[in-house]
Amino acid sequence: MRSETWKKVTIHLILLIGVAVSVFPFYWLFVMSTNTTSAVFAFPPKLVPGNQFWTNVRSVWEAVDFTQAFLNTVFVAVVITFFRLFFESLAGFTFAKYKFPGSKVLFFLLLATMMIPGQLSLVPQFMIMKTLGWLGDFKALIVPSLANAFGIFWIRQFAQDAIHDDLMDAGRIDGCNNFRLYFNVALPILRPGLAFLGITAFMGVWEDYMWPLVVLTDSSKFTLMVTLAQMKTSHTANYAMIMTGTLLATLPLIVFFLFVSRQFIAGLADGAVKS
Amino acid sequence: MGTKVRHTWREVIRSRTQYLFISPFYILFLVFGLFPILFSAYLALNKWDGIGEMKYVGFRQFQFIITDPEFLDAVKNTFIIWAMANIPLLCCALVVAFLINSAMVRFKDFYRIAYYLPNVTAMVAVVIIFQSFFGNHYGFANYILQKIGLHEVAWFNSALTVQMIIASMIFWRYLGYNMVIYLAGLQKIPSDLYEAANLDGATMWQTFTRITVPMLRPIILFTVMMSTIGGLQIFTEPQVLATLQTPYQGSITILLYMYREAFKFNNFGYAAAVSWVMFAIIMVVSFLNWRIFKPSDDR
Repeated sequence: MRSETWKKVTIHLILLIGVAVSVFPFYWLFVMSTNTTSAVFAFPPKLVPGNQFWTNVRSVWEAVDFTQAFLNTVFVAVVITFFRLFFESLAGFTFAKYKFPGSKVLFFLLLATMMIPGQLSLVPQFMIMKTLGWLGDFKALIVPSLANAFGIFWIRQFAQDAIHDDLMDAGRIDGCNNFRLYFNVALPILRPGLAFLGITAFMGVWEDYMWPLVVLTDSSKFTLMVTLAQMKTSHTANYAMIMTGTLLATLPLIVFFLFVSRQFIAGLADGAVKS
Repeated sequence: MGTKVRHTWREVIRSRTQYLFISPFYILFLVFGLFPILFSAYLALNKWDGIGEMKYVGFRQFQFIITDPEFLDAVKNTFIIWAMANIPLLCCALVVAFLINSAMVRFKDFYRIAYYLPNVTAMVAVVIIFQSFFGNHYGFANYILQKIGLHEVAWFNSALTVQMIIASMIFWRYLGYNMVIYLAGLQKIPSDLYEAANLDGATMWQTFTRITVPMLRPIILFTVMMSTIGGLQIFTEPQVLATLQTPYQGSITILLYMYREAFKFNNFGYAAAVSWVMFAIIMVVSFLNWRIFKPSDDR
């Protein structure tokens, strides 16, 4: 019995060290955002929060248009998430519940596109945006991301188990056309699957860096991540300010995650085990 | 035959709403997926600065790539960073998942969320936070080294230490992600297997190596694949890390090399060729992964 207890304590101790490693950088971020740059780079470093937070916040707003970057990011993320959920659930539902000529081949093609690494089309995509005159425009961020193969695959897997055929038949007897079957019958059932997909879509846009960096030319259109990187290169001396910007740019996502974490992790785990 | 064709056509016409419903993805893919790839193949054979005339050069750009010391350096760096980050990362993730899954541990949800939190942090933010740990003379990392009686390290002065900095970012950000996936796989292993092992007096290590690892093989393959494909496309870390115009030594990766050729030096044709070489590398490595980790039939 005693050896069992020891085992338990050891396991928890190891796990807690891991937790500390996971959480410490967040604490460090907070400490740096509330101190002056010279205090954080002092030796030994300062490890307790200070009272410079609002000074640092003011510096952030003096250095860059943070409000604009925030609004840009939210706008792009909301638009992409909305359309992705709509197009992907519509297609996923159709693949799950209908048989039509070529449906198998088309679905296989869809899976095959997931194997193509994105960097292969980076240069030509940039050229397309240039030709269309979309460089520096949100369209360049939004339009190519409106539907994603993984999302369709995900919803199809979900819809296959969740939407029963007799429910579809009942809908048909009630005189639903295909779109009403999707909207009134399928969509309410798909909601848990959509929640996970929506969260990943939103976070993906929020965190994306390379593509916005390539296509956004004007700083008034920058997303938060591009703004942060920009701030880091142009204001190297004021690292406390950069850390404050980083804190403000990541905090919304972390808070959001803490609210939806259970659902989110369950969805993530499901997807990996299934595929 | 004729009636069959007519029959199929009638089916196609009857299913027009279905085609409409799935069409957005395929239209987007044609315009922003397939066409760019074909265009990229064409570009790879041409010298082009993005504005002037294209000049057909055949495979000469490929020849240049595979003999360019800077590219070979980028390949080397990418693989070193990948190995430095992912081998300890996947091993630790597996061990942590195993520990959390062991019947004795409570607060599973707490651990899962705490470990997953770093993955919610954008890579740009991770780079900014981690860069502040490391300095040539000061910084938190050197403080710790000094505390435990070691010499301080000039972190940004050698390729190896710069690669370690980048690897530490990847390790931190993806540990929880992989752990959650392993945990999901572990929960599918029937618990009577563990009970039987327990009855036979197996140690924890034996249970881990004889039951957990073999049963998890398909999931391990999945995570190795994902981390390889992701790891060979490292870009944000070295790009954001470099405060100067040029990346720190040892940190030019394949994708950063390609990005700089395209968007810094305007060698668009050359960059397209680089993307194909990179694609080939990813394919070869994925194939090797699959050969090594594929679930064998004879079990």
